[in-house]
Parts: sequence; structure tokens; C-alpha cells
Amino acid sequence: MKSKMHLGEDAIRGVFMLLGMVTVACVLLITVYLILAGVPAIREIGLGPFLLGRVWASTAAEPKFGILPFILTSLYGTAGAIVLGVPVGFFTAVYLAKVAGERTRRVVGAAVSLLAGIPSVVYGLVGMMVLVPGVRELFGLSDGASLFSAMVVLSVMILPSIVKMSLTALEAVPREYEDASLALGATPMETYFRVSVPAARSGIAAAVVLGVGRAIGEAMAVMMVSGNVANMPSLFQSVRFLTTAVASEMSYSAEGSLQRKALFSIALVLFLFIMLINAVLNALLKRSREG
Amino acid sequence: MKKIMTTILAGALALSLLAGCGAGGGETTPQNASLAGTVATDGSTSMEKVIGALGEAFENDHEGVTFTYNPTGSGSGITAVAEGRCDIGLASRALKDEEKAKGLKETTLALDGIAVIVHPDNAVKDLDLETVAKIYTGEITNWKELGGSDSEIVLIGREAGSGTRDGFESITGTAEKCLYRQELTSTGDVITSVAGNPAAIGYASLASVKDTVRALSVNGVTPTEDTVKDGSYPVQRPFVLVTKEDKALSAVAQAFFDYATSPEAGEIISHAGAVPVA
Repeated sequence: MKSKMHLGEDAIRGVFMLLGMVTVACVLLITVYLILAGVPAIREIGLGPFLLGRVWASTAAEPKFGILPFILTSLYGTAGAIVLGVPVGFFTAVYLAKVAGERTRRVVGAAVSLLAGIPSVVYGLVGMMVLVPGVRELFGLSDGASLFSAMVVLSVMILPSIVKMSLTALEAVPREYEDASLALGATPMETYFRVSVPAARSGIAAAVVLGVGRAIGEAMAVMMVSGNVANMPSLFQSVRFLTTAVASEMSYSAEGSLQRKALFSIALVLFLFIMLINAVLNALLKRSREG
Repeated sequence: MKKIMTTILAGALALSLLAGCGAGGGETTPQNASLAGTVATDGSTSMEKVIGALGEAFENDHEGVTFTYNPTGSGSGITAVAEGRCDIGLASRALKDEEKAKGLKETTLALDGIAVIVHPDNAVKDLDLETVAKIYTGEITNWKELGGSDSEIVLIGREAGSGTRDGFESITGTAEKCLYRQELTSTGDVITSVAGNPAAIGYASLASVKDTVRALSVNGVTPTEDTVKDGSYPVQRPFVLVTKEDKALSAVAQAFFDYATSPEAGEIISHAGAVPVA
């Protein structure tokens, strides 16, 4: 009887392990495939000219494959989204965790969750029809599709991750810390910003990194508002991101051409960026759990 | 709450299942079961929609027929049919004389009109082909030079590799010289962007143009299905089927060829955005 139960346990354990392995296998498969597919073009073009080249003209008679504009655009765009999005997200989280009443909290919390559920193509479409003409009017430009528009869209898109993650970190701060601070005569606001926030700082930092990861990987929405021309980045110019560079040309590039291979190389560069961000995120989360 | 959701979901699933069955049952009535084999086509990426729709319809009508399409570009498609690597080559341009000299024959399947579109408020109503080229290469940068308002012209186009872009640039002679402000990845995006900016100019397949934008007349000719058909509207190109003069098609390929060039295929072709000639 006992051995039968053991058998059942073992079988279930085996199934779970198998399912766990599926995820690992997917990650491994993608990594290996991207490296295999991405390296040949870099070898052919040369690492220097590929990463530091300023001109991308993949279908020209004399093609040029320089992705520096895409790398810088992705970095600037992400940085811009963080600058615009983090303050809003952070203060929303502090408000929700410490100040807001139960009802406000529920309503705002639901709204934030809803924001996370909106498909990125919808962000893109609204951006295209409302934000892009708005930016054009507001700044007196000839066209509003620009790095700036992409930053605004991205900053809204990363809000949910930042709010939720910061909220969890702030809620995990032991009640005693705040009670002690209040008992010593600090006002509630002093307590929140001098005690609660510092205690939750690793978690909040992790929220920011998660936002970075979300922003750098977004393709659809930015494709629709950034203009998508391979210029060196400038705030009100049409720009192309690493993600959109891959997405916009993949469907037309011929199988086995250098263009197709170079697109995989761009994907590889993007993948390395995201791996780096994930490593930072994991380190931060580990510290927040330990500290 | 959960229960209600589950019920609704289950209902929706059941409905979609039924709908799927209905559609499937309607489409797979074989009209001619005797044909079997493969029709291999190779060539122009611009013809993807037209040839895809025709191929799909043909496959539905003839059970046992496999239709393949290899989007390699007009030049590669012509080479492929010349070397016998496919049944029918697809080219979005007329054959050159030296290609005809190699024993290739062209049959025009449809015409593709590309409309030059602007915002409905734009005062400019007509441009000649040369001016369009000058606008896209950055020689003319302000609408006031063309009798419009004093605003910088915003050039909107398609991404590299797009068939529409290839067609537009080859007709206007601006290949690799266009200074785009935006390179968008679909016809719909181009139309939305042009509709949202009074200073924008763009191009899109004629069939997709809606009321939110205005199609300019080019060389004084308004783009319509009729002016594309009679050849007076200049921003157009033919979609041709390329075959070998001396070698007969296989029975199944011939059946597809006849079907594609028949008047019945016209509706499918115009639905896919081109102007049928049959």
C-alpha cells in the first residue's frame, strides 16, 4: 500500500519536473537558436561596423548594416520612459500603500491592473490617433511621430509594473517600523518617506528595472508612434528601436539573405540587453528578500 | 461571479465551434475532384495578397490540389520559371524584351494602382509625376511651393521591402532616394497617419483608400478603377503571370492559370486590392 502511494508521488513529481523542464528547454532553445542565427551576420559585417555603424540601409544596392541608431534609440527611449513613468508610478504606489482609503485603493488598483491588460497595439493605435497629432500641435512640429511620443507611450505602458511591484514592496515593510517612527513624533508623511520607502528600496529598485525590461522589449506600440526611420536619435525626430528594426523588416527579408541574418543579429543584441536587465533584477530581488 | 463567467465562456466556445463547422462545411464542396497535384508559383512579393487569395480559392474548389507561393521578388520569379523551378512566375512589372527573347510569355492578371494621398484639408489637388518624385527626394519641401499652405511637407511611406514602396519608388524613379519622415508597416497605418496630419503626403494601394484622406490626381488624372484599367493613371503597374512559350503547363497548373485569368476570379482580385483586367 505504502509503495503504491510512493509510486503515485513519484509519478506526479516526474510530471511536474517534465513541465518545469519545458520552460527551461524553451529558454535554452531560444538562446541557442538566437546565437546560431545571429552570429554569422556579425561575423560577415564585423562587430565594430555592426554595433557602431551609423547607417542602416538593408535593401540598398550597396547595403549598410549599422545598428548604432537602434541601440541609442532603445537606450534613450527606455531612459525617457523611466524618467517620465517612475515618478508617477512611485508616488501612486506610496499613495495606494499608505495614504489612500480602502475604497480609493480598490478603484485605483483595479484601474492599474486594467492598464496592464490593454494590448500594446491598442496603445499604439491611441498613440497614433491622439498622441502623435497632439505632440505635433503642442510643440509646433511638422510631424509628431518621434522619440518623444514613443517615450510617452512607453512611460504609460510601464506604469502598472512599477506601481504593482512598488506596492508589494511597501506593503511588506513591517508595521512596527512605522509605529516606532510615529511614536517618536514624526508626521505620517515623514514616516512614509523616511522609514517605509527606504525600507522598501530594493523592491522599488526592482520595480524600476522591471519597467526598463518592459520598455526595452516593447515593439508594436512604439512602431506605430515613433515614425520608424533609421535616424540617429533626437527627441523630435523619427526614430527606430531595436525591436521595431527586427519587426518591420522580418516579413519581407528573403530567406538566407544577409538582411535576414542581420535582423537576427539585432535580435541577439536585444536579447543580451534583456538578459543583463534580468540579471540586475534578480540581484535586486535577492537583496530585497535578504535585507 | 466565477460561475457566470464560466457559463458565458463555455457558451462562447460552443458558438465559435458551431460557426467554425458551418464555415468549413460551406467551403469544402469540391467542384472538380479529378484534378490533383501541385501548382508552384514564385515571384513578386507585391502580389502576395492577390495570388494568395486566388490560390486559396482554387484549393478550396479543388480538393487534392496544393498551391504554393514563394515570395522571392519579380526578378527571382522570372528566373525560376525560365529554369523550370516553378510552374508560373509572378512579376509586378512587364517583361523586358530580353526576357521575352528567352521564350517567356506574360499574361497580365491585374493592375495595381497606387494612390498618392494627402489630408482632406490640403489645398493641393493635382501633382504631376515629376513633382511627386521631387517631393519624395526632398527637392520640394514646403506645400506653399505647390500652391498649398506654408507648412513643411511630411513624407510618409512604407518600410523597406514592402511591395507598395517598391512599386511607388520604381514608378516615380525614386528608389533609395526617398527621405521619409515615417516608414510605417501597413497600408492602414499610412492612411491613419496621413489622415492625422494636414501636412502629410503618403501612398497606398488604391483599393484601401478611404474618405479620411484624399487621393491626388496625378498628371490631371483621378485614380479610379477605370483610369487604372485604361492606363491613363500613371502610378500603376501590371501584375503578370509568366509562363514558358514552348512548354505546356501541367493540367493542374493550366487549370489554375485559366481560373486566375477568368472573369470569375475578378471579384477575388479586386477584393485583394488590385484591378482585374479579365
